[in-house]
Amino acid sequence: MENKRTCLYDKHVALGALISPFGGFDMPIQYTNIVDEHNAVRRACGMFDVSHMGEVLVTGAESEKFVNHIFTNDIAAAPDGKIYYGMMCHHSGGVVDDLLVYKMAEERYLLVINASNIDKDVAWITEQAKNFDVVVENQSEKYGEVAVQGPTAEEIVERILGIHCSDLAFYTCKEVECNGETIIISRTGYTGEDGFEIYGSHEFTNMVWDKLMASDEVKPCGLGCRDTLRFEVGLPLYGDELTDDITPLEAGLGMFVKLDKDFIGKEALVKQKTDGLKRKIVGVELHDKAIPRHGYEVEADGKVIGVVTTGYNSISTGKSVCMAMLDIDYTKMDTEVAVRIRKKVFPGFVTKKRFYDKNYKK
Amino acid sequence: MSKIIEGLFYAESHEYVRVEGEYGYVGITDYAQHELGNVVYVDMPEVDDEVTAGEDFGAVESVKAASDLISPVSGVVVEVNEALNDNPELVNSDPYENWIIKVQLADAAETANLMDADAYKALINE
Repeated sequence: MENKRTCLYDKHVALGALISPFGGFDMPIQYTNIVDEHNAVRRACGMFDVSHMGEVLVTGAESEKFVNHIFTNDIAAAPDGKIYYGMMCHHSGGVVDDLLVYKMAEERYLLVINASNIDKDVAWITEQAKNFDVVVENQSEKYGEVAVQGPTAEEIVERILGIHCSDLAFYTCKEVECNGETIIISRTGYTGEDGFEIYGSHEFTNMVWDKLMASDEVKPCGLGCRDTLRFEVGLPLYGDELTDDITPLEAGLGMFVKLDKDFIGKEALVKQKTDGLKRKIVGVELHDKAIPRHGYEVEADGKVIGVVTTGYNSISTGKSVCMAMLDIDYTKMDTEVAVRIRKKVFPGFVTKKRFYDKNYKK
Repeated sequence: MSKIIEGLFYAESHEYVRVEGEYGYVGITDYAQHELGNVVYVDMPEVDDEVTAGEDFGAVESVKAASDLISPVSGVVVEVNEALNDNPELVNSDPYENWIIKVQLADAAETANLMDADAYKALINE
């Protein structure tokens, strides 16, 4: 099947980006190199085309009740403009997808989902919605999205895009009239830095991109560094740390699972919590610089005790680190484990999966 | 435009060997380092390890991917470039100066199976 393209695809090609498939789209992986783009976001400001992300609008009298039914976090009585991170789970407790829920207004919620899961999610959400008084609309094709991320993002969005955003608290959003249309801006991101995500029409998205490019103050950044940035601060990627077979508890995301309310998958998660986890995702740091990568086996006591979910030589710290799903017996801090990389086994130890501290403006 | 040096022998897997007497200095080409991007780790064999033409002897790792190193020649490793342990990015800045292993050649005639500079140039311009 032919990959989809975002509304900014031609701009990426013109910039000479390395293009690769991701989540059913042909996406820019890097424009210059991952290290420079990564550092631009940590130190100044970078922008990402994230138009591949999916958007599902849920409206109707029972929309709050419905979203709370399919979402692990609790959105009850949320104020307008509040955003929640959480998961949608199968009855098994495995994760359908991780997502952001934007409360736009009473009876109007925008669910921002992963590109790779759009078809699966929309089918699943629509199926669950049958007995609720709600309307579910897949608006993924309508929206373009640009993420502006880094310590100078706020100043740049205000000055160069002319969008007032300093009033937005972390994980809140607002609708703004801009260029004759209503756009959405939120103080969110996937880099561990302060920043904003801006949703609008394809035309508006192109205008945002062009203005930021013309300023020469914002570095275009590809999905390559988006992954190294999110990884360093311990954020999960669906497909690596989360899958249909991994529960949020196993992924260490229990703080986004509210077991004091009802939602699909709750029973399985309560049982898992009561019985005790059998495996869990933790951080592992290696002594050497060899890089543990997705799928590599983790060993201890002469046997395989887990698998790497994501790993890099961390650009911000220079250490070779990974997140890995390990047997629960080996998940205590400082436990000695080793990762098999090609023909050798590289020793290391269990650590926090946050390898670099987040720098949010709250 | 990738740099290619006259007088070296090149493999299709983008390693080169510079022959000096009974020794061969093996590294990756400028084209290869460019394709890989920022090199962050070079996985090298030990001194006295044997290498065989056409078989892997280590790997070069960039941020995003690991790429096997295939030896263009057979022989015994007599030296590894220790500087790459602390500064793997030297492979990016000058891949021909920063060879990876020095091999005592088992059979100098093996270079006949490799490409010269012109043939390698034709390969990467395909």
